[in-house]
Amino acid sequence: MSTVNIKIDGKEFAVKEGEYILNAARANNVFIPAICYLTRCSPTLACRLCLVEADGKQVYACNAKVKEGMEITVDTPNILEERRAIMEVYDVNHPLQCGVCDKSGECELQNYTLELGVDSQSYMIPDTKRETKNWSSVLHYDAGLCIVCERCTTVCKDMIGDAALTTVKRGGEALDKGFKETMPKDAYAMWNKLQKSVIAPSNGTEFTDCSDCGECAAVCPVGALVSRDFQYTSNAWDLKRVPAVSAHSSDGFQIYYEVKPTSIEDRSEKIYRVTNEWNYVSLDGAARFAYDFENRDVVKDEQAFEKAVEAFKKAQTIRFNSVITNEEALMLQTLKEKMGIKLYNPEVRAFQKFLGYYQKASGNRFYTTDTDAVMKKSDFVIAMGTALRNDSPGLKYAFNNVQKMNKGAGLYFHPVGDTLIPSFGKNVECFTHKPGLEEAALYLVLDLFADKEKLPDDVKEYIASFKSSEKKTIKEKVMKDVTEMVKDEETGEEKEVTKKVPEMVEKEITIERNGLVDLLGGNSEKFEEVFAKMMKKKESFSMMIGEDFYYHDKAENLAKLIALVEETSEIDVVMAPPKSNALGVALICDLDDEAEGYTVGYNENGDFRLSALGDGDLDMPAMNQQEGTLTNMSKRVVPTNAALEYGGYELNDIVSALIDGERETIDWTVKLPTAKGYKAIAFDDLENGYSNDGTENRGYLLKTSTRKVKMPKVEKFDEASALEGEIVYRCNPGRQFSDFTDKAHEIFEPFGLYASIAKAEELGEKVEIIFENGSIIVDVIVDDKIEGDITKLSDFKSAKDVYTLFGESRYKTVTMRKV
Amino acid sequence: MGLEQFKNRNVGTQNYKTLDLGKTPTRGLDKFKQVVNRTFKGELFVGLWVTLREMINALFRGEMHTVKYPFEKLPISPRYRAIHDMLRLLESGHYRCIGCGLCEKICISNCITMDTRYDENQRKEVSEYTINFGRCIFCGYCAEVCPELAIVHGPRYENASEQRASFSLFEDMLTPIDKLNLQQEYEGFGAVSPNADDNIKQTPLAY
Repeated sequence: MSTVNIKIDGKEFAVKEGEYILNAARANNVFIPAICYLTRCSPTLACRLCLVEADGKQVYACNAKVKEGMEITVDTPNILEERRAIMEVYDVNHPLQCGVCDKSGECELQNYTLELGVDSQSYMIPDTKRETKNWSSVLHYDAGLCIVCERCTTVCKDMIGDAALTTVKRGGEALDKGFKETMPKDAYAMWNKLQKSVIAPSNGTEFTDCSDCGECAAVCPVGALVSRDFQYTSNAWDLKRVPAVSAHSSDGFQIYYEVKPTSIEDRSEKIYRVTNEWNYVSLDGAARFAYDFENRDVVKDEQAFEKAVEAFKKAQTIRFNSVITNEEALMLQTLKEKMGIKLYNPEVRAFQKFLGYYQKASGNRFYTTDTDAVMKKSDFVIAMGTALRNDSPGLKYAFNNVQKMNKGAGLYFHPVGDTLIPSFGKNVECFTHKPGLEEAALYLVLDLFADKEKLPDDVKEYIASFKSSEKKTIKEKVMKDVTEMVKDEETGEEKEVTKKVPEMVEKEITIERNGLVDLLGGNSEKFEEVFAKMMKKKESFSMMIGEDFYYHDKAENLAKLIALVEETSEIDVVMAPPKSNALGVALICDLDDEAEGYTVGYNENGDFRLSALGDGDLDMPAMNQQEGTLTNMSKRVVPTNAALEYGGYELNDIVSALIDGERETIDWTVKLPTAKGYKAIAFDDLENGYSNDGTENRGYLLKTSTRKVKMPKVEKFDEASALEGEIVYRCNPGRQFSDFTDKAHEIFEPFGLYASIAKAEELGEKVEIIFENGSIIVDVIVDDKIEGDITKLSDFKSAKDVYTLFGESRYKTVTMRKV
Repeated sequence: MGLEQFKNRNVGTQNYKTLDLGKTPTRGLDKFKQVVNRTFKGELFVGLWVTLREMINALFRGEMHTVKYPFEKLPISPRYRAIHDMLRLLESGHYRCIGCGLCEKICISNCITMDTRYDENQRKEVSEYTINFGRCIFCGYCAEVCPELAIVHGPRYENASEQRASFSLFEDMLTPIDKLNLQQEYEGFGAVSPNADDNIKQTPLAY
């Protein structure tokens, strides 16, 4: 990456080319005040505080890019005057209720008022009555406190992709004209805009139609947007911040659990909220609101422990899922090695196999990119095999962010139609294809992106076999010149006037048809033109792969096709592990395909159940009560800390009772298998944080390796394998991932069958879904962002055993019966 | 004040006055004379009269100086820092505390705790408030920091208790609603200073 040299206040810095001045300054620990700017989003220019002088001209640091040799002065007398006036304006009519405000103590308005020394007020205007509102089940908006910095609307649009918020008219009084002359220019302009607007849901109703991620509340600099549950329960300074990793999606977001004693009577600690470094990481609703899934009030039950040890001694299988740390996974693997117990984890097994196929075909140990890299450089993303809105929030944010920030384009292949994805950008094309045709999607990608020179001949021929051209007569509008004589009425002169008159002309044209596009539900007549537009000025390509592929009949062929795509085109691939630590489990454990005999279930069904949900034969600590590491989607080993106390036995105690164990769970960290890319670093030596320039310093990246392999031999696909009829898709609603999210009191999404509006009407309130190997009766829930007839059945309640109903597939043809 | 006079250690040049105590008798006769003089001069009765006079004043004229503690108590300075009181608003009778948590934060012995919640009227409600008097050092920071003059030091200084760590709840410290008219405005640390009006800067609240 090329750098340029700039001078800020006389000091020289070498900064990234094309960077905004503000970001460059922040990366080098130079402070420039700014309220409205968010690092990974587009500048809004609402606050105008970041005014600096660059090469003698006043510019906004958040939207002016650095240039070679630029000399920047942060404070000039004029700028200081502007900033002070801006802060005074922000304080006009701001309620003096810091005493009860939740933001007090971490409020940017308080901080900047102090920083810029505002101790008197020179401006005034009548206040406008602004009502407080509850926007959703989690969001509370106090318009009176809002300073309309638009960080919420910006992050929702540029990062989250929901664009659920917008600025609307405030109906405030117009500014006194006299201010225009007397006030600093920028402060006046900023006030003028501020006085006119306020934030509201963008759908025109009282309620937001969004994924309830709460990122808007996280970025709010003042107390205007607060989670309803947190409101007035604690002051910011009372909370202890525990750095941890989100336990639910495989993104492994860094979060802070904020804890303090439950109440005056109960001094045991409780998590009050989850916060994040919102300049560097954006959370999903599960990471932010599903935090109280701990196993509370557990004491050491010696009898149960004895029984557990006995159960392990006679166990033939341990069944577990991906909500487990790397250390625990290693313990289970050690048990397998020393005691011959089988490890059964169908959820991860599918992913592990897929990763294996991919490794074999591509020679790469891991997929080649990650969400962060996608956001930083990609300008063309392709997503397939993942319900982007539900499966992996990190991928959704990256897909959206590329459209907004990198002037990107995107292709989305998925059998379930979605109304949200196309709204991410003008250049997003969605293919709603039949399930079973995922290979066709990859062939299309090969056709569109692969270097034809590199492709094997048989593949080239195969792709060409879908191409056809046909002659078609179309009617075309042609503008024809018609000349006529017109008499000018005033002068009486005659003039010749030429007019253009449309005329329909029949014309025969040749249409190049691409059978793959049509097969995938697109229209090849139009696609070529659309695609050409999408490809303009694109340089960096990436592809997101999701869970559908791991649970696919032709998973091996898909993996080979992906390897071929990588080999022959410039596309980098990122794969979303199914849930929390699926990648870690896949790397550390040798999983078996079948469970047999006496089974110990760890957070899963079994003859003896270890459970962090509090409903098993022996209690286990939940993710927020454990320290250890997780392996996230970005192939990073990230440390998490225990937020809450846990009084019972841990897996390490059982392992120590069975074999020679370690004293603490985290003593296993250093023993993670180096052959799989892990490093022998002790837990306490792992860092956990971000640098000012956004560099992630959490844990370490897995060591990747590449070896030369032969070009993978891919198979043709079978059009007939496409599923027909009534199809159900195994997919959770946005904020649900497992029993743990379900246990959290701020997650309201119910278990059920999510259907488009039309489909839900057809199905009625409740249906019985009959699978080949059983049936389930569920409520039908409307999801207005689904399009088409395929319905989504939740799988987060393990008691409902939805995984067994679906077997090794995410799509099933079923019979539905109204109940 | 300078320190010069302390640095001058030459005692003889200072202006000390010596009392005229006469000469201490050395001979036996002189000693005898002095004893007789002092005994029969009647000075004893001068002293006895003072006592008698005060006794008469106390018993018959009602000018008793003894405070019959614990039945009687001396008034104490408003600056005295005794057990806390939680005051109410005189107009509405509602407690003044807004639950801002500043007292909890500033408390150097960490003895104040409060629970707050979002109440039905969309306000911040203090659902519980306690001070652990086993740990309180009566420094007065809480009263000083309180923006509402809600928590103040009251005059109740007897805090002997059967338990070392006795503590008080919100109700214990709050002015009883029926005694609202007896509530005294606090004048100790943290109270509005007599010249507070002079320190206020004008804010342009034309509306």
